[in-house]
Amino acid sequence: MDIYLILGLNVLNGVASLFLLCVGLAIIFGMMKIVNLAHGEFIMLGAYATVVATNAGVNIWISMLVISPLFVGLVGLVIERFLIRYLYGRLVDSMLATWGLSLLITGIVTTIFGNTIKGVQTPLGGFQVGGYSSSYYNLFIFAMALVVIAIVLVVMRYTRLGLIARATMQNPGMSAALGINPDRVYMLTFAAGAALTGLAGGLIAPVSGITPGMGAAYVAKAFITVVGGGTAILSGSLAASSLFGSIDQIGSYLTTPVYGQVIVFTTAIILIRLLPQGISGRFFKGQL
Amino acid sequence: MNLSRRRFITRSTILSATALAAPVVFRQSAFASDKPILLGSLLDLSGGLAASGVPMKYALELAVSEINDAGGLLGRPVKIVGYDTQSNIQLYSQYAQQLALKDRVDVVHGGITSASREAIRPTFDRYRVLYFYNVLYEGGVCDRNTFCTGTTPAQTVQKLVPYAMDHAKGKTAYIIAADYNYGQITAKWMTKYVQDNGGKVLETDFFPLDVTNFGSAISKIQAAKPDLLLSALVGGNHTAFYRQWESAGMKGQIPIASTTFGLVNEPETLAPAVSNDIVGAYGYFQELDTPASKKFVAAIKKAHPDSPYISEMASATYEGVHLWAEGVKKAGAIDRIKVIEALESGISFEGPSGTVTLNQATHHTTRNAYLAKVEDKKWDVLQTYKDVEPSDTASVCNLVKNPKDNKQYVIKL
Repeated sequence: MDIYLILGLNVLNGVASLFLLCVGLAIIFGMMKIVNLAHGEFIMLGAYATVVATNAGVNIWISMLVISPLFVGLVGLVIERFLIRYLYGRLVDSMLATWGLSLLITGIVTTIFGNTIKGVQTPLGGFQVGGYSSSYYNLFIFAMALVVIAIVLVVMRYTRLGLIARATMQNPGMSAALGINPDRVYMLTFAAGAALTGLAGGLIAPVSGITPGMGAAYVAKAFITVVGGGTAILSGSLAASSLFGSIDQIGSYLTTPVYGQVIVFTTAIILIRLLPQGISGRFFKGQL
Repeated sequence: MNLSRRRFITRSTILSATALAAPVVFRQSAFASDKPILLGSLLDLSGGLAASGVPMKYALELAVSEINDAGGLLGRPVKIVGYDTQSNIQLYSQYAQQLALKDRVDVVHGGITSASREAIRPTFDRYRVLYFYNVLYEGGVCDRNTFCTGTTPAQTVQKLVPYAMDHAKGKTAYIIAADYNYGQITAKWMTKYVQDNGGKVLETDFFPLDVTNFGSAISKIQAAKPDLLLSALVGGNHTAFYRQWESAGMKGQIPIASTTFGLVNEPETLAPAVSNDIVGAYGYFQELDTPASKKFVAAIKKAHPDSPYISEMASATYEGVHLWAEGVKKAGAIDRIKVIEALESGISFEGPSGTVTLNQATHHTTRNAYLAKVEDKKWDVLQTYKDVEPSDTASVCNLVKNPKDNKQYVIKL
C-alpha cells in the first residue's frame, strides 16, 4: 500500500517538474512560434542564479522564487531585443540562431564559473510513509506547479494584459490597428516565458547537479512535451506533462531507467503520429 | 605606405635574410639535438568532462617540463602536441588520426572515458603509435601497443566492497551505475566481489547519462531494502542522485560506496550533509599525506592555483608520462618496438601515489590503492593497500604468451 502512495508522489513530482520545465517554452513556442533551442540554457541560468545568490548569503527561497525568474526574465528581455525580434515568422532561422545562442551562453557560464559541478543544499526535510521516505521538497515542487498554473490562467484569461497578448498572437495586424504595439507585446511575452523558465531552473537547483552543460538534459524532454501538447499553452503542456511524466516515473519503476526513457520516447512518437497537432490540437481546441 | 616594386624587393630580401639567420643567432643549445620527441595528448578540456581533463593536462605538462628540465630524452626535448577533444567522441577519432598521420607523434597519452579509449585505441594500433591510457577503468584491455596505468576493479572495487560490507549492517547490496561500457562492466565486478564476500546483489539499475530525476530509483531502492548501496554513477547530471537521496531522508539509512564519486570535485561542492560518509577507493587522493604527493599537488597548484580536484586521473597521467620516459631512456631509442620491450622489462617509477610498476604480461600497473571516506567536504584516507596487482586483467590477459592478442576482455558471471 505504502509503495503505491510513494509511487503516486513520485508521479506527481515527475509531472510537476516536467510542467514547470516546459511551460516557459510552451509560451514562447505556442504564442510566438519561436523554437527556442536555448531553453535548456535558460534553465541552467536560473539554476546558477539560485546557486550564486544563495552562496552569497541570500535566503534560498528568495533566490529561487525571486532572483532566478527576475534574472532570466531580464536576460530574455535583452535577448529578445537584440536577436529574437528579427526572427518572428522565421521558424528555421530562429532554431539556428537560438542554437548558437545556447552555445554562447554555455561558453560564457563556463568561462565565469568553470566546468565543475555546483549546487545548493535541498531545503525542507524528508518524511516517512510506512517503510518509505520522500522529501517535502517534492511536495513543494508540486505546489509551485499549481501556483504557476493559477498565475498563467488568471493573467491570460482575466486580465487586460492577457487579452492583449492573446489578441496580438492571433492577429498582430488587427491589434496594431486598434492601437496596440505588437512589438512590445512580443517583447514582454518572451521575457515572461524566459522568467518562468528561470523559475523552473531555480526550483530544480537544489535537486540537480549544476554544470554549464546541464541544459542539454532538459531541452529534449521540454520540446517533446511542448510538441506533444500542441499550441494550447496551459491545457496542452499540462496534458502532455501529465502523460509523459507519469509514463516516465511508472515505466522506470516497473522496468529500468533505460527502458523508462525508451517507453517515453516511443509514446511520444506514437502520439505525434496519431495527433500531429499535439494533444490540444484535438481535445482542447481553442482553449488556453 | 607607398610600396614601390624596388623597395618591396629590398625589404623582403632583408626580411628573409633575417628569418634565415634567426636560428643561428637565437639558438639555445640546451639539448644535443633540437628535433623534439613528440608526445601527443587527447584530453577533454571543454564540455562536460573538462573538470577531469584539465587537471590531467596540468599533470601531463608538469611531467614533460620535469623531463625537459632534466635534459630531455636521448638528448632531445619532449614537445606536447595536444588537442582538446571537447567531450566529443567524434573528435577523438578525428584527432587520433591527425596525431598518427599528420603530426606523426612518437607516443600518445590520453583518453578519459572508456568510450573514448575504445574509439582511439584501434587507430593507434593500426598506425603503430604507442598509446598510454592513464585513467582508472573497468579493466580487461589486452593490447601490446597500449599501456593502461590507472587502477582496475581488482585494485579498487575488490578493496572497497569488503570494507563497505563489513561496515554495513548486512550482506545485501544494490548497484546503481551509468549506462555505458564503464558502468556496465564495473557493475559486473561489483557483483562478483559482493558474491565473493558472501553477499547478495538484490538489483542492478543502469541510468543513461542524461537522467536527472531519481525519484523512482530511490523508491525502488527503498522497496528492496539493501544493506549497502554501490554506485558507479557518472557525470554532472548523476550527482543529482546524491542530493535527492539526502532530501528524501535516506542519508545515513543505507551506506553508499562508490567507484566514481569524488573523482571530480563532488565532496567539495556538495553539502557535507549530502556527501559525508560516502566511501571510495582509488589509486590516489589529493589529500594523501606523503611527501611525494604533497610535492606533486604543490607543483600543480603553484602553476595553476585554481586547478580542479587532483584525482587519480591526474596522478596516473603524471606517472604514465614518467614511466614512458623511463622506457625511452632504457631503450636508448624512440623506436616503438624497442620502447615497448623496455617498458615490458619491469620499469618502475616513484610517483605521487607511491611505486608504480608496469607488468609485462598485462601492460597494466602494480600500484598502491587507497580507501577513503568523505569527511566535511574532504576525503579522509583510511586504508593503504601496498603494491596491488591488476589481477582481474592478469587472469585473462597474457601478452607474453599471446603478444598478438588485441581485445578487451569482459568478466563473465
